[in-house]
This record gives sequence, structure tokens and C-alpha cells, in this order.
Amino acid sequence: MSDRAMSDKPLLAVEDLKVRFPTRKGVVEAVRGISFSLGREKLGIVGESGSGKSMTGRAILRLVSRPGIVTAKRMEFDGIDLQRASEAQMRTIRGQRISMVMQDPKFSLNPVMRVGEQIAEAYRTHQKVRPAEAKKRALEMLAAVRIRDPERVYRAYPHEVSGGMGQRIMIAMMLIPDPDLLIADEPTSALDVTVQLQVLAILDDLVTQRGMGLIFISHDLNLVASFCDRVVIMYAGHIMEICDAKNLAAAKHPYTRGLLNCLPKIDGDGGDLPVLRRDPAWMEQGI
Amino acid sequence: MSAHPGKAMIEVEKLNVIFGQSEDRVHAVRDVSFQVPEGATFGLVGESGSGKSTVLRALSGLNPEWTGQMTVAGQTLGPKRDKAFYKLAQMVFQDPYGSLHPRHTVDRILMEPLAIHRLDDPENRIERVLGEVGLGPDFRFRYPHQLSGGQRQRVAIARALILEPRILLLDEPTSALDVSVQAEVLNLLQRLKKERGLTYILVSHDLSVVAHMCDDLAVMNHGAVVEELAVAQLKRHEPKHPYTRQLMVASLGYDRAAVDRFEDFGVESGAPGRGDETTLPPAVESEHNRGP
Amino acid sequence: MTSQSEHLSGGWRAWLLSSSPASRGQARLGRFYIAWLSFRSNYLAMLGLGIVLGLIVVAIFAPLIAPYDPNAQILVDRLQFFSWAHPFGTDDLGRDIFSRIIYGSRLTLYIVILVAIIAAPIGLLVGTSAGYFGGWVDAVLMRITDIFLAFPKLVLALALVAALGPGIENAIIAIAITSWPPYARIARAETLTIRNSDFISAVRLQGAGRARIIWSHIVPLCTSSLIVRVTLDMAGIILIAAGLGFLGLGAQPPLPEWGAMISAGRKVLLNQWWVATVPGIAIFIVSLGFNLLGDGLRDVLDPKSGGQG
Repeated sequence: MSDRAMSDKPLLAVEDLKVRFPTRKGVVEAVRGISFSLGREKLGIVGESGSGKSMTGRAILRLVSRPGIVTAKRMEFDGIDLQRASEAQMRTIRGQRISMVMQDPKFSLNPVMRVGEQIAEAYRTHQKVRPAEAKKRALEMLAAVRIRDPERVYRAYPHEVSGGMGQRIMIAMMLIPDPDLLIADEPTSALDVTVQLQVLAILDDLVTQRGMGLIFISHDLNLVASFCDRVVIMYAGHIMEICDAKNLAAAKHPYTRGLLNCLPKIDGDGGDLPVLRRDPAWMEQGI
Repeated sequence: MSAHPGKAMIEVEKLNVIFGQSEDRVHAVRDVSFQVPEGATFGLVGESGSGKSTVLRALSGLNPEWTGQMTVAGQTLGPKRDKAFYKLAQMVFQDPYGSLHPRHTVDRILMEPLAIHRLDDPENRIERVLGEVGLGPDFRFRYPHQLSGGQRQRVAIARALILEPRILLLDEPTSALDVSVQAEVLNLLQRLKKERGLTYILVSHDLSVVAHMCDDLAVMNHGAVVEELAVAQLKRHEPKHPYTRQLMVASLGYDRAAVDRFEDFGVESGAPGRGDETTLPPAVESEHNRGP
Repeated sequence: MTSQSEHLSGGWRAWLLSSSPASRGQARLGRFYIAWLSFRSNYLAMLGLGIVLGLIVVAIFAPLIAPYDPNAQILVDRLQFFSWAHPFGTDDLGRDIFSRIIYGSRLTLYIVILVAIIAAPIGLLVGTSAGYFGGWVDAVLMRITDIFLAFPKLVLALALVAALGPGIENAIIAIAITSWPPYARIARAETLTIRNSDFISAVRLQGAGRARIIWSHIVPLCTSSLIVRVTLDMAGIILIAAGLGFLGLGAQPPLPEWGAMISAGRKVLLNQWWVATVPGIAIFIVSLGFNLLGDGLRDVLDPKSGGQG
């Protein structure tokens, strides 16, 4: 862990975050008032579909599209009030100080532009440098995400690379401006299991080397628990529990226990899997 | 080893499936052979591009271009299937959002196979099968977009069951579902198997799901079976092939040290034709291609 | 009274919007109702719908609305300007233009409906067959479609009418023959997308024949785009019919077809401008109505722009 890690001010502090969507049938509350903070560590946000975990990531970067409404008592990143920041300020924050990697590189990479040029463009958005300098930095990043032949991949188009490589390219693109915080929204869910872990290893190394904070959003509880330092468990827009990753097996909240128990295991006995019983009280409030 | 007496319900012998021609040939399935006794659950495990789904599609008749020999319930299969086969074997697909017709109600979806096969008493059959998969009459006239993922998958299972087959081909039936819903669907599949004495072939990338549901399994990589073993052996950590071991390690979660020891397992045998590698020139790092 | 009607309408609404319909009919009506609610919020689309409905009403009740017989010639009163007796004036044979416009709406509707009924099913059949069967069936059908598409519509319609002889029925056949190719293209494109879906695989695995798959499974998914395209085309159909009428090849005198009326009014355009202009405005309004309606339908039906998928 780098020595940027232990300052007592958190990198990101969120208090009572709410995301609401007015629809014809009434207001849909995707996130119902959650609070958490993050230092220079790996924080996992786990939840099933509809839990609000993706919305949380987007709300931090003000990427919730209209008609969604985002409110919070506090949303501070490194001393900057994210709620009061102007759109111009947010544009300087996005990419340069907080970056986001999403699930499928097929949908995040421009299909008609060479991959290397996209990375270079991401760099030049935040740094005024000559194209040759940007290309050099892009090649360095491709090497940093352990691509064996950066020159060749630089010239490739997105459809020519496999899923795992596409995701490494996304990571290169998102980390080239050297942000302080990376939000990764299901970055490996579309990948095979072994490729998933290889990509996570790269992420792990980069995040540790640079002393970054990482928010890892996923539906895979085991993966998050083995990868992150702390885990936030969300259900129906509330946080059910926050705990240290290594203590997950001792989790107290019935939802967390239910999620852990309903997973099939290789050395299970093959009997009926315990079914998660949803307590309606969970919809009302979390911690 | 599981004890299922009697002849094999499903026998596959040296199955080969090749897509495309000349330069773009992809040898998706290479010399795959296995047997499934009646009443057993057989697992096909592999990552994407391993050819596991292609085996199922060839077996079901969706892909008519294959070579080798396949026998189901004593009948040798040709490239096409007849109606009798469809009453014997049915398939459940991976994507609950794509496997139901968006403009048909659940009732219509279930009525279709009954109409095609001219079975009597459709009303009762539909109600009964809906009950068996745990959906009440409330769901009968809903459209797919009014159902959750788990409910859609139950409808897909009901649709597969309504012709009263003896074999179900399950193509990653829970991969697209939330974990809690997956548990319910897996329990449902187990219950149905016991009640109706079905034979399953389960395709999945998830080793724990296969270990939970199956009696025996075959591990596939790049189109070929690298190892075949009983689930009991898997549970005792007895897999021999390094690829299987690697899959087991990977399914336990993230372990930085273990990741460093991961290998890239390329095409196994010296079989003719290129494997399904990426189209990049060899100098670029090739990984598992996301094949069919 | 209001509370009772509110209660009743509340009951209907709840029934239609119910999330657990109890019959096929209820489910289908519910879907239409939701689509209607979405359509209703688009003012321009409602305007278009109003115009089209107005056209239909006028056509149906023409004898009740028109003050005069459209063919009654009163030569003494020819070429009169707007007046209380003749709201849109009279033409060069003394016929009341207002009545002729009213009766002409029947012809317009007749042409548009017949062309749609002939062209759309042909296009649908050709397109879905080409898309589903692929191979040489696709190649042959699409080359035939290309041949028809290569001609400009009016030129082809002219040639056909010249071969078949003038008359409104022949004009309809000619226009229908020139209209079906785009529908075939659309249907084929949709079919190619749908063909590899899991739900089609599932129904193949039940033993469905190809005809059943195309008719029951693929065609319903093509109808949305087709309906939108047909509605948008109706403006063009009206204009081609008017063009043929203008050239004397469509509706024959004394039928009050709007295009023919414009043609007849050419002779007196400079001094009695209303004889040609009023039917032109009628064509404009009806074309606009169909365009707005088509746009509105597309917003509701096209899954890509956020309608029901």
C-alpha cells in the first residue's frame, strides 16, 4: 500500500445519496439514501439487479441522465463539493481525477477509430501535448496493462481485439490521465473466468502502485470479497451492510448471509440451495 | 461414480463441427465423445469459445452441419430432426430476455407447441405446467416485458416441459440471472428432474453450478474435451488436467499469486485446421476468442 | 355524477393497466391502451390523427355534408369567387368546388387504402421470405425488388397506366406495383435481425414449419415498422395519384379527384386562382396529416426510439 493511503480525510464522502426517477406511474427510487466513504482503498459495491449500485457510480460522476434527480446531504471528493460543482468543473474532474470503466468494451470503444488513437485522444483531452507525445504515453500505458505488442495493438480496431484485451485497453484509456479514483462498473462481468482474474490483477497492481481509490461495482459477491478491501452490500436502493472483505463470512445482516448461502459451491452436498427470503422490511431502510 | 443402470440415453461419438471455409475455418468442436445414462445430469464446462454450446446445438438439430455419430434413446440422428425427436428432447436457452417472443403472451407461447403437435386438452396442460414451474394463473396472459428475468426463465422451462420430453438440454440456464434467482431456478430444475425422471445435459462456464447439479462432467477447451470426470472426483480435488485445475482455482475467487501462475492453454491436438484464435497477426497476444 | 363517471373510468383504466390480465383479449387491449397513452401525449401526432379521422368522416358522410351534387353544372355561375352560396367558389363548368372537394375525399381515401392493402402484404411476403430462406431465394427476390426500385415511381406508374389504360383502378394498380419494394426491404431487414433469435430457435425446436415461423413469429415483429412506413408513404401515394390525375391518366372526368381538379384549373390559374389552389391545399393538408400520424406512430411503435420492444 503506498504512503498516500493513510490520511484521515477520506477521498470520497457520500452522505444520504438519493437518485429518483419520476415516471408516469409515480416516482421510482433507484437509490434511497445511502452513505459511505472511501479512502485510497478498494471498495466493492455488491448488489443484485435493481439494487441501485450502478446508479450510485453514475451519480458520483453526475452521469445520471434526465429525468433522474440526484440529491445528497454531502458528496465530496477530495474537498470538492461534487453537487455544487459547475458542469465545466465536472468535465475537468471526469477522466482526470475520477475515471469510470464500464462493462462491455464493445460499447465503450469507438468502433471506427483505431484503439491507440482513442487512448491518445483521452490523454490529450486533459493535457495539452503534441500528438507524438500522446502516442508515446499511450504506448506506455498499453505496456503497463501487459499487452505484449503495444505497437500492433495501437493500430488495431476494437472489433479485432478479444474481450479481455478490450477491457485492458479501456483500463489503459481510463488510467492514462492518472486519476485519483476509478469507478469500475462490472468491468469483468462479460469476460471468462480466467481472463477476468488476469484483468483484475492488472487493475490491482495499477491501483496499488498509484495509490488510487477504486470503487468496484459487481453482482459477484465472492469475487468482490476476494478482490476488495471493504464491501458494501446494497439491496433495493439501500445499503444493507458494510464490512471488511476478510470478515465477509462473519457478516451479520440476513440479506448478506442469504446471498452467501444461496451460492452453489464445488464442495457442496448437492441438496436444495437455501432460497433467499426477502424481508419486506429491507425495502424500507438500510444503514 | 454415479450408478445409472441401463443403456446410455445419449451417446455422442467423435463429433466435429466446422464453421466457415478455407481461411476462415473455425474448428469449433473437435472429436468430442461422451455418454449420458438415463436419468443422469451431464455437465459440459468450458469458457467462451470452448464449443460447449455448439455441441448442444448440433445435438438439438439447430446446427445441421456436423460429422460424427449421435444416438438419442437408441435412435441414430441425422442432420435433420423429426417431430418425434422434439417430443423427446427440448432445450432451455441462456438469455431469458431473448428466448421468449416479445409479442406473444405466456399463454400463446405455451400454446404453440401444443398446436404444432396437436395435443388435446391445451387449457389444462398449460395451467398444470405453469403450476409446476411455480407460476400461478396470474402470469398466464402477461407479455414477456411484464415478467422478471427469473419468471421468464420459468416460462422457458415450462415451454420446454409442456411436450413432456425425457431429455432437457440446458444451455447456461442461469448465467443471466441474479444469484438468488439462480438458486430458485436450480432448485426447480432439480425437483423437476426427480419428479419426471428427466435426463439433463447442462452447459455452463460456472464450475460450482456444474458441481452442484451434475453427476459427471466433461471439461472443454478450444473445441476439444480435455478431461472427463465424475463430480465426486471434482469435489475431492482430483482433476488431473492442468486446465481443469486452473478452472477450479479461478472459480474460488481472486488470488493475486494464483493469477500469476495462470497459463494460456492453446489448441490441444494436432488436428487439421486452425483453432478459433483471434484474427490478429501472431505477434499480438492471443486470448480465448469469444466464439460461437 | 362526476364521481360516478370517475369511478367507472377508474375501473376501466385499472382493468386495462392490470399487471395480471385474465384473458388474451384483456392483455391485448391493455397493450394498445398503453401505446395509446403514449401516442396521446404527442400533440402533433394527435393533430395528424385528427386530420386523417376528419378525412374519413368527410368521406363517409359526403352526401350529408356537400351542399351540391359535385357533377351538377350551372354554367351561368361558372368561375365564381368564394361566397356564401359557394364557400370555395365554382369551377369552369359551374360545379361547386366545395362539394367536389368533399366527394374527392372519397376518391383519395379509396386510392390510399387500396394501395396500402395491395402493396404492403406483397412487400411483407417477399421480404420475410427472402430474409428467412436466404440463399438463392433471397438473391432472386431481392434482384426483382431492385429492378422495381430502380425506376422512379412516377415514371413506372406512368408506363403501367399507359399500358393498362387510363382510369382510377389502373392508377391504383400502377401505384401499388411501384410501392411494394421498400416494404420488402424493410421486412427483409427485420427478418434478418430476428432470424437468429433464441425465440425463433425455440419454436424451430418444437417442430414448427417454416410457414408457421414466418407467419406467426416473424411477421408480427415486422408490422410496426411496416405500419409506420406505409403511413408515411400515404402522402406520396396521394401525390402520385394527383400527378397521374393531373396528366389525365388517373381518375377520368367527371370524377372529382383532386389532382384532376388541379389540372382542370390550370387553364384559369391566373385570374381564377382558387380553382386549382383549393384542391392543392386539400392535398397538402391530408399529406401533412398522414406524415404527422406516421411520425407519431413511429415514436410509439419503434422499439429503437423507446416504444414497446
